Amino acid sequence: MTFDINLVPDGGISWLDASGSDGNIVLSTRVRLARNLKDQPFTVRSRPEDNQVVLDQVERASRASRQLHDAPLIRIDHLQGNERQLLQERHLISRELAELGDDGKVRAAAALLTDGSVGIMVNEEDHVRLQCLRSGFSLQEAYSDLERLDADIGAQLAFAFHEEFGYLTSCPTNAGTGLRASVLIHLPGLVLTKEIAKVLQGLSQVGLTFRGLYGEGSEVVGNFFQLSNQTTLGKSEGELLEHLGDMVRKVIEYEQQARHVLQRDAPTVIADKVWRAYGLLKYARSLSFDETMNLLSGVRLGVGLNLIPDISVYTLNKLSVFAQPAHLAMSEGRELGDSELAVVRAAYTRQLLEEDATR
Amino acid sequence: MQCDQCGERPAAVHLTQIVNDSVTTVHLCEQCAAEKGVQTGATVAKFPLSDFLASMGKGASTQIPVGDDVAECKSCGGTLQDFRDSGRLGCPECYRAFASHLRDLLRRLHGSSQHVGELYTASNAAVDQAAPTVADLRDQLRRAVEVENFELAADLRDRIRVIE
Repeated sequence: MTFDINLVPDGGISWLDASGSDGNIVLSTRVRLARNLKDQPFTVRSRPEDNQVVLDQVERASRASRQLHDAPLIRIDHLQGNERQLLQERHLISRELAELGDDGKVRAAAALLTDGSVGIMVNEEDHVRLQCLRSGFSLQEAYSDLERLDADIGAQLAFAFHEEFGYLTSCPTNAGTGLRASVLIHLPGLVLTKEIAKVLQGLSQVGLTFRGLYGEGSEVVGNFFQLSNQTTLGKSEGELLEHLGDMVRKVIEYEQQARHVLQRDAPTVIADKVWRAYGLLKYARSLSFDETMNLLSGVRLGVGLNLIPDISVYTLNKLSVFAQPAHLAMSEGRELGDSELAVVRAAYTRQLLEEDATR
Repeated sequence: MQCDQCGERPAAVHLTQIVNDSVTTVHLCEQCAAEKGVQTGATVAKFPLSDFLASMGKGASTQIPVGDDVAECKSCGGTLQDFRDSGRLGCPECYRAFASHLRDLLRRLHGSSQHVGELYTASNAAVDQAAPTVADLRDQLRRAVEVENFELAADLRDRIRVIE
């Protein structure tokens, strides 16, 4: 390891603490704003020296901002693959910036500045991606944090802005506000009652979309869905957030109804399912990540229905991050093969659940 | 109930259509419905929107009429063909160089091409040159017409109108 994750305030995972609104159903809220510098080519066409110019300017602007004046600067292009993966597993950087593919070549001067909650990805698909990650369902709070940062660094930088098209982005799907807000939500009730397809279809009809655990192109694991706005132009930031917020509140309501139906019509089936999940997590000696996430989904449902006492949502959140490959490798201090990883994961899971039960 | 189309599999999709003022209901199985292009909850779940979105920039860019590919952004040298291939524009100036194409594309993607969100006002620190005057723009317009860059000319004309 050439860098220390502890340099990031709170390790960048304060959003795990389940302190936010609806923390039992909504894991986290993320809002990002895409910005580009006026006189620089977008990163698809830029040369390494252009990227360095962008990074220098963004760093200087950040030092003059209220939130990031002494934030650590992490050069993603100087990190090993497992270190980049660690940051990605914590949702601090995107898959695009981490470039974890087989032929993945990290973009020159790709960097992250973060205070743990609010941060800037530099030289991602756009020059600047401001982002804020918060615990639970808190769109407005996340956006107001970003608005401050946007104002501060926008005062120092010349952003590419067009009187008609708004903020200009490398991909036209982000132009206008550059705002993408997403809510990571756990919907086992809707999946078990097979209502989920209907809900997702309904969302697509009102201009929203869903993705998996890690954003664009990622799969749905453990019944976690990222719901976000699909369009970024033609509506104000406030309207986009309000619309997404209204729809998420509806989805939460549907999920609660589905859980109610499950408990009313199939209480023994549900109790059996959640306790089995708990039993497997607690006693298994080898666990894949997907299996862990699916079992965690069952236990989380059990906690939500007050069937399983003594387990905190925080522990479940923590497991979903720390049971990932790069995190396990970090805690072991060495690289792990797949079978070894599964054994270490099971041991770690057991330990965390036992600690929680005896607390 | 059996599928009206194949008569073999159980009907899962009940499609009500209004054709020539009369209401008809067709009962289809998942497979026949998919073949007819009827989108069901199941097909939506199978083909997550994320994939659609991921391909959207690229897919949408292929809808740009062929023939204008030679147009080149003066700032970065990018062409519409480059955009069609990658789904990404080369630089902020591309939005001006290809304004009319992008306006159509943005309308299809977002339902509008007019930004109504936060306005960016460049600070003194950031502005490296004063905004062009109407005289500057007229000069540019004349040159654009001379080199037959009508797209740029139209854009400049619009900008002059806004200022005036």
